Amino acid sequence: MSKRKTERLLGLVVCLLSTRRYLSADQIRAAVPGYPEQDDLFKRMFERDKEDLRELGVPLETGLNHPFDDDPGYRIRQQAYELPELRLEADEAAVLGLAARVWRRAELAGAAAGALLKLRAAGIDTASLDGTDEHPSAQGIEPRLGTPEPAFGPLWEAVRDRRPVTFSYRGAGRSEPQRRELEPWGVVNRYGRWYVAGRDRGRDATRVFRLSRIAGPVKFCGPAGSVTVPDGTDVRELVSDRDSVPAPERTAVLRVRTGAGADLRRHAVSVRDDTEPGWDLVTTRFTDVGWFADSAAEFGPDVVVLDPPDLREAVIRRLKGVLA
Amino acid sequence: MTASVTSTERLQRLLALVPYVVSRKSVGLAETAAAFGVTERELVDDLNLLWCVELRAPDPYCPIDLSYEGGEIVVSQAESMARPLRLAVDEASALLVALRMLAEVPGEKDRPALSRLIAKLEAAAGEAASASAQVAVQVDIPDAGAEAYAAQIRAAVTAGRRLHLRYYVPARDEATERDVDPMRLHIVEGRPYLEGWCLRAEAMRLFRLDRVLSLEVLDVPSAPPEQAEPVDVDQGLFRPSPDDVPVVLELTVAGRWVAEYYSCESVSDLEDGRLRVVLRTPNTGLVRRLALRLGEDGRVISPSSLVAEVREAATAALANYVV
Repeated sequence: MSKRKTERLLGLVVCLLSTRRYLSADQIRAAVPGYPEQDDLFKRMFERDKEDLRELGVPLETGLNHPFDDDPGYRIRQQAYELPELRLEADEAAVLGLAARVWRRAELAGAAAGALLKLRAAGIDTASLDGTDEHPSAQGIEPRLGTPEPAFGPLWEAVRDRRPVTFSYRGAGRSEPQRRELEPWGVVNRYGRWYVAGRDRGRDATRVFRLSRIAGPVKFCGPAGSVTVPDGTDVRELVSDRDSVPAPERTAVLRVRTGAGADLRRHAVSVRDDTEPGWDLVTTRFTDVGWFADSAAEFGPDVVVLDPPDLREAVIRRLKGVLA
Repeated sequence: MTASVTSTERLQRLLALVPYVVSRKSVGLAETAAAFGVTERELVDDLNLLWCVELRAPDPYCPIDLSYEGGEIVVSQAESMARPLRLAVDEASALLVALRMLAEVPGEKDRPALSRLIAKLEAAAGEAASASAQVAVQVDIPDAGAEAYAAQIRAAVTAGRRLHLRYYVPARDEATERDVDPMRLHIVEGRPYLEGWCLRAEAMRLFRLDRVLSLEVLDVPSAPPEQAEPVDVDQGLFRPSPDDVPVVLELTVAGRWVAEYYSCESVSDLEDGRLRVVLRTPNTGLVRRLALRLGEDGRVISPSSLVAEVREAATAALANYVV
């Protein structure tokens, strides 16, 4: 960290905020201490400073005072710079502190902390509620959003900046990863797992990818602003559609050993004594044969599927598979 | 301040520091340092830097005037820096996404405050808020039961009451009865959990809401012992212990999901897209169930006792189907 650079940048912000007219680079050099005398050095440093300010979100404007001016000037409009007036009720400030904790130790943790700092600077008091390790939230709830997938950072940037990306992806049931080129429309966390949805350029179709199945780095393959999200796109819908194939509900009859399968019994339609002692007859509902057969097979010798026959066959197949 | 603080990070802090003081008229050094996560010394350095800012042209002047005599900071002149900088896209998105997630939490009683706050932040962030629409979070609420339990748990935490749970333990396929002094409702990896002092285990425990068979708020005050340490969920839900048994599994392409769902000690690729993974488990009953579920898509390689156990269970289960 360089103190001189901080001073110079701060001077630059104050200088450009306090002018209504556009200031030329030379006027800025004269007003803000810390710029070098040499023209080429100044130019390079000034360029970098402008870049740094824009990255911080400072709305640096470029324009001409007169249509006949040769070089553009710079200014920061107060109205564009300032966080608008914001007043929060006590209950709103309380949930704000909670929200800032959601990303803790995840990708956007720094951004959340930065936002909280600005809101505090606007006079909002969240100090007692943002919580630290020693003082977990007093509200009895601790929601967390994790981003263990390394692909999250670059994909969020790509979504934010509307840039296409390319990555190698190992689809479900595929042994070899494949190269994909995607126009990302959004990222979705569904039940703890991150997905990205967008237009797959190679297939010219809407596709959803799971971040944990992306192998290796995510690379940008086009400029910012070159991706258009179609009007009315609901990324959340796109991701949940994947596994919400509407299947009709069916009825299963199981023999469950007395005392076993509490988890199955909980969702049962009815439980009664079986003719054979030591067993209960459990009637329950299911939609997906494969998934329900997996769940029934888990119980091993404590659950027997009596009906329907396709479910019974599926369980037998699993068990034979174990012994194969 | 840590060595990793860059010039722009410090600039961000300075730009927030002036309005922080201005909006509070005057504020103590210690309190301010705490709010910004710096030492008082670092804060004084910041204040001196702000005070020294000068512009030289057209006429030299110092735009910021402040003092911190007697430990009270007062900004008497702040020029155009009296308000904080707008929220950046990342900042607005981080908060808005988190707030929308909170609104999804089962049993959330603050939904009106949440929607008011979301609307206010969207208005204040302006254009910076729009990218947050491209991020969504969906919390897994297994059924209406879990929603009701979550509301009961939060009410019990507030009222300081003990809970009685019937809780399903899959490793033993057993419904257990236990009293729990509730501490918090967690949402980790998209799933709701109750954290509390389990009187039966005499330890802090996390309970998955979808495994709660029934829940009752008792007319007994909650009294977790002093030594009850909160579970640090940020370290991950999986706590390896030296007593855990290492289990080696081989998975086919169709069984690869195991490597994504379970915390594996090691994952290595075999030919044909198959995987060899090593899991550590405190209870091999869980892996036995997993192996039965996987069928031909996963095979236990070691320990040999578990290999035998899985085969035995499958053989006994198949015998039930021989009519």
